[in-house]
Amino acid sequence: MEKIPILRIEDLYKQFPVTRKFIDRIKRSPKQVVHAVDGVSFTVAQGEILALVGESGSGKTTVGMNVLGLQVPTKGRILFDGHDVSDWATGRLRSGKNGDGLGRLSRRKQILSLRRRAQMVFQDPYESLNPRQTIWEIVVEPLEIHNLGLRANEKEARVRAALEDCGLAPADHFWSRYPDELSGGQRQRVVVAGALVLEPELLVADEPVSMLDVSIRADILTLLQSLRKARDITIIYTTHDLATAGYFTDRMAVMYLGRVVELGPTVEVLKEPRHPYTQALVSVAPVPNPRKRRQRVILQGEVPNPIDIPSGCRFHPRCPIATDECKKTDPPYVEISAEHEAACLKI
Amino acid sequence: MESQNRIWTTFRKKPMALVGMGMLAVALIMALFAPLLAPYDPNERVDVVPSDILAPPGEGHLLGRDDAGKDVLSSLIYGARVSLIVGFVSSFFSMFIGTTVGLTAGYYGGRVSNALMRFTDFLMVIPDLPLMLVIISVWGRGLWKIILVISILYWTYTARLVRSQVLSIKERQFVLRARALGASNYRIIVRHILPQVMPLIIAQAVLDISSSIIAESTLSFLGLGDPTLISWGMMLNFAFERAISRKAWWFLLPPGIAIVWVSLAIILIGNALEEIVNPRLKTHHLFNPRNMISLMLAKPLLVESESPPEVTP
Repeated sequence: MEKIPILRIEDLYKQFPVTRKFIDRIKRSPKQVVHAVDGVSFTVAQGEILALVGESGSGKTTVGMNVLGLQVPTKGRILFDGHDVSDWATGRLRSGKNGDGLGRLSRRKQILSLRRRAQMVFQDPYESLNPRQTIWEIVVEPLEIHNLGLRANEKEARVRAALEDCGLAPADHFWSRYPDELSGGQRQRVVVAGALVLEPELLVADEPVSMLDVSIRADILTLLQSLRKARDITIIYTTHDLATAGYFTDRMAVMYLGRVVELGPTVEVLKEPRHPYTQALVSVAPVPNPRKRRQRVILQGEVPNPIDIPSGCRFHPRCPIATDECKKTDPPYVEISAEHEAACLKI
Repeated sequence: MESQNRIWTTFRKKPMALVGMGMLAVALIMALFAPLLAPYDPNERVDVVPSDILAPPGEGHLLGRDDAGKDVLSSLIYGARVSLIVGFVSSFFSMFIGTTVGLTAGYYGGRVSNALMRFTDFLMVIPDLPLMLVIISVWGRGLWKIILVISILYWTYTARLVRSQVLSIKERQFVLRARALGASNYRIIVRHILPQVMPLIIAQAVLDISSSIIAESTLSFLGLGDPTLISWGMMLNFAFERAISRKAWWFLLPPGIAIVWVSLAIILIGNALEEIVNPRLKTHHLFNPRNMISLMLAKPLLVESESPPEVTP
């Protein structure tokens, strides 16, 4: 089967300016920026589930936000189905590859045309639902915003289908309630339903289970997986938890300090991690078999400040196998197998 | 809605809030049924004999007569209309202006916020009273002009309050989610941010009613009220000019007590509401109910001790 890339990220940079103290402005000390995303490239094929794994601060959420046009990249291109999404978000869109005339739309319409096809699921189901809206209002809102010209009964059918696909059946039992009457897992299902009701092609799930009880996590992940089967949705799943990523994703990109350090099929990355950072992560991830003896790699130190990223390989201050060369040379990607690559000089 | 029910349930349990509601109900009944309650029509021309002027309370005139020989009680009852209309309408307008400014400044931030907030500060630091006097003397006197002047000067606190709330609400994830869905700024503000601030706005608007009433009384007292309508401030003005020298306390005290009565009622309600919707206030020493009530009752109690019996008919 030939894989059609739905999303291609090319050399994405996102920097946030640091507010300078008054005294620094007087001293004219140079402006500082946080390098949230620092040169990320990858592609996602239609119908694929990609895991973006990394510690907090590694830039995985920022990648997701940029993909959806919620933030505008500092540099780089994000091609969603052939259109540069960063142009989409700023309203600079030129007509697409098929001469579809998108460039003639107003900025607002350009953003809407993106948001119809790409949606996000947020981390905290307790925070991402408006406490003063009913479940119905929450799930029907995307349809109202995008004004798809649906009749009342078609809207109801869509909302019902979205809620029931997400395991909230029967839908009428739930939609007159308020979020605080639901459990965390149910709320996250509502969030997913709210994203699905537009029938998007791409779903960015930003740590969708990190705030949930362990017992509910598997349910939500199974839900995402079944949605991929039922609706052929492409999912980017960001997480800091290798165990949940290994559970249902096809490929995995491991991020460290704003860059992807290892990218490959999930099974392969977890079984044979090549980058020392991935190796450390894998070695400390919990495994179901308590008798299995493993060598654990405990990393020293903390993630460096993203304002000033270490020279050479950004991982060298914490890397157990770093040499002098690592301090100087920024490692290129080394191809390990057809789809597996890692950025390390020591491979 | 559920949260409104919750507010009401808590509200009912606060004794001071109920006292305030009762006091306000008395004033509202006075205003609504003025023609039925008032023994005389205060606007009717009466033939007066010199002995009627500032006649003390007695047969047929429970609170005596004023300097034109008219019944004080009837004027007092009709005066409730002006005070309450001015109070409610201008607090509604200032709530509207303050909310709009606060939402815009808080949501858009940056230069918009700076411009709007500097303008708000500018209005805040200007002493209200002289400015009102100037505006009224330029525009001329009239009920709607008074309402307008009060509304355009009293929205500043609401604007600041709303802005500070919006600053924190707009960072919440459901606002980000709405943006990710493609919601317009207008929709985010109206559907997602406003409902969260609404309880605070209402509590603030209720408190504004009493400051508007006092502002109207002040203007009328200074002779800038609507000349065609009787208001408590205007009664005070006449009494101050003409009754004090004749020791006609029955003309001076009732309007004064009425103003305090209504303002106190509204402050009690407003404080209770504010305490419910903004629980952090409870930590403030003034919001210890005992302190608060003793502070607020101190003045009116002194006055009431030397005043005639209840003013309600």
